Amino acid sequence: MDGEYDAIVLGTGLKECIISGILSVDGKKVLHMDRNDYYGGESASINLNQLFQRFGAQPNPALGNSRDFNIDLAPKFIMANGKLVKMLIMTNVNRYLEFKQVDGSYVLKDGKINKVPATGTEAASTPLVGFFEKNRLRKFLVFVQDFDRNEPKTHQGHNLQRMTSQELFSKFGLEKGTVDFIGHALALYDNDGYLTRPAEEMVERCKLYGESLARYGKSPYLYPLYGLGELPQAFARLAAVYGGTYMLHKPIERIVYNSAGEACGVVSMNEEGKPAFAKCKFIVADPTYFPDQCRVTEKVVRCIAILSHPITPGSEPSAQIILPQNQIGRTHDVYVFCVSASHMVAAEGKYIAFVSTITNVASEELKDGLKILGKVDSFFFDVYDIKVPNKLGHEDKCYISKSYDASSHFEHTSDDVMDIYERIYGKPLDLSKTMVNLNPDE
Amino acid sequence: MAAQNKSPLNFKLVLLGEGAVGKSSLVLRFVRGQFFDYQESTIGAAFLTQTVALNDTTVKFEIWDTAGQERYHSLAPMYYRGAAAAIVVYDITSTDSFARAKSWVRELQRQGNPNIVIALAGNKSDLASKRKVEPDEARQYAEENNIMFMETSAKTASNVNELFVQIARKLPKQQQQDKPSGSANIKVNEPKQDAKANNCSGSC
Repeated sequence: MDGEYDAIVLGTGLKECIISGILSVDGKKVLHMDRNDYYGGESASINLNQLFQRFGAQPNPALGNSRDFNIDLAPKFIMANGKLVKMLIMTNVNRYLEFKQVDGSYVLKDGKINKVPATGTEAASTPLVGFFEKNRLRKFLVFVQDFDRNEPKTHQGHNLQRMTSQELFSKFGLEKGTVDFIGHALALYDNDGYLTRPAEEMVERCKLYGESLARYGKSPYLYPLYGLGELPQAFARLAAVYGGTYMLHKPIERIVYNSAGEACGVVSMNEEGKPAFAKCKFIVADPTYFPDQCRVTEKVVRCIAILSHPITPGSEPSAQIILPQNQIGRTHDVYVFCVSASHMVAAEGKYIAFVSTITNVASEELKDGLKILGKVDSFFFDVYDIKVPNKLGHEDKCYISKSYDASSHFEHTSDDVMDIYERIYGKPLDLSKTMVNLNPDE
Repeated sequence: MAAQNKSPLNFKLVLLGEGAVGKSSLVLRFVRGQFFDYQESTIGAAFLTQTVALNDTTVKFEIWDTAGQERYHSLAPMYYRGAAAAIVVYDITSTDSFARAKSWVRELQRQGNPNIVIALAGNKSDLASKRKVEPDEARQYAEENNIMFMETSAKTASNVNELFVQIARKLPKQQQQDKPSGSANIKVNEPKQDAKANNCSGSC
């Protein structure tokens, strides 16, 4: 590993792998290391034995073959028209992966799980809202669909940069229960803070939901075959194809700084167990490599369960259920995900469910989500910290990512990647331009 | 019998083996008919396709090169995920590369698709004067492990096409439908296209 690089990237989570791929395509010489002997860091997918090991439990062979399972450490779904899909396309990394739609998108209202209506037609038939409310909801969804930030005539006279979401909902005369599912199941906010902020972001988020849904039909979400852990591997492959050097199972001894306080290299152990120094101009890393330079912003409590039955009313092999905070008397939503053999992440006949929420207390917080699961074969709880870097990295040349948050999709993950890119390059990442062209043999 | 005009059967084929045994050279010889004495370590061309016409079918290989990720034992599991065939390459002038090839075969048998077709290729057969691995030794190993074996030379093109044709013959004559049930698999494409154009499986 001795040598000189433009960038040393520490940790092979999705964010770091996307950055590594983009840097390599841009002609930068990249050394990418991970202390683990697998790809993905906190965004890996692990097999059943690794899951039991992680929680210090004895594997249960009755659940099936360990390697038939790919259990996500940071469960999320991909918005079909979201930023991660744009990143997959601009880098052509999409060719390494196959996806399937997530089959269902549900929301809890008045103790019942209902399909999320997201189009004018669906709004007309949903049992979520009453007869007169249906028309108001339809009008709102049509407004959202037509809204274009740059076309004032689509704004219907509302200035969404000043008007709050709450005010916009009042203009459409929407009831509280309807607002609940618009904000939480379409705009995917996990708390009600957005109500008092300008409405434009909420409308854009509803629009993204609608456009993502329109792409494939059943839900706005995609999910890769074999689990989310395939995503970092695919971007790592891109980096490697463009000359990036990969080293797994490589503990980092220390970061070396120059007299100006800028990171200029990394010391790690070589194959003979002797310290080896690799030089670089800057470092990109996940928070686990810089624990002293990060702070905890919130805690996430989650349950990972293995089941033998689907959990939604439609018995879909994959689905999301959102439990909006007001429906369960909390300050944050509870998210329930389910995936199964149909996405090659569980043995035939088995389902993996994830229940999570932002918490300050404990597993008690998940009770409404756990009720939905019914009987489980096996389950694990954990609480983990969401960490963010204290500094942007301009001074010490260490560009640190945030932890994977509790959100149900990859939009914030993509935002963080774009933020890291901007911190490094001093200009925003343009998602509309193609970075990698296919070569003539493909 | 009338020509069936069937679309080619697609198979993922991966290359494995130590650095500098000629993995990329074998692929470049097969796909482009080229050979360079000083081929650089693999950069930029790690996903090639080539079609092999057999009597009754056409087989299209999607060929994955390691992109150098094997160097520090950092090859991602996704690399051999779904691979229908693997060519494990060694250099006939290096016993170390042969030992490494054997460990790749074990790795594939442990981690790969259980029906994967494995071919062991002793490359650089043009360098007979520097030979360190006898063909009989490799052939015996291949027979014991129920895998194919051939000596090849990317430089002279000896046995290169033959290797791929032999593999193509061993592959199933129907596209494997071992993909999961339920909704179709999706390759994400340009967002500009309409939903219908994207909603296809396999062929896009």
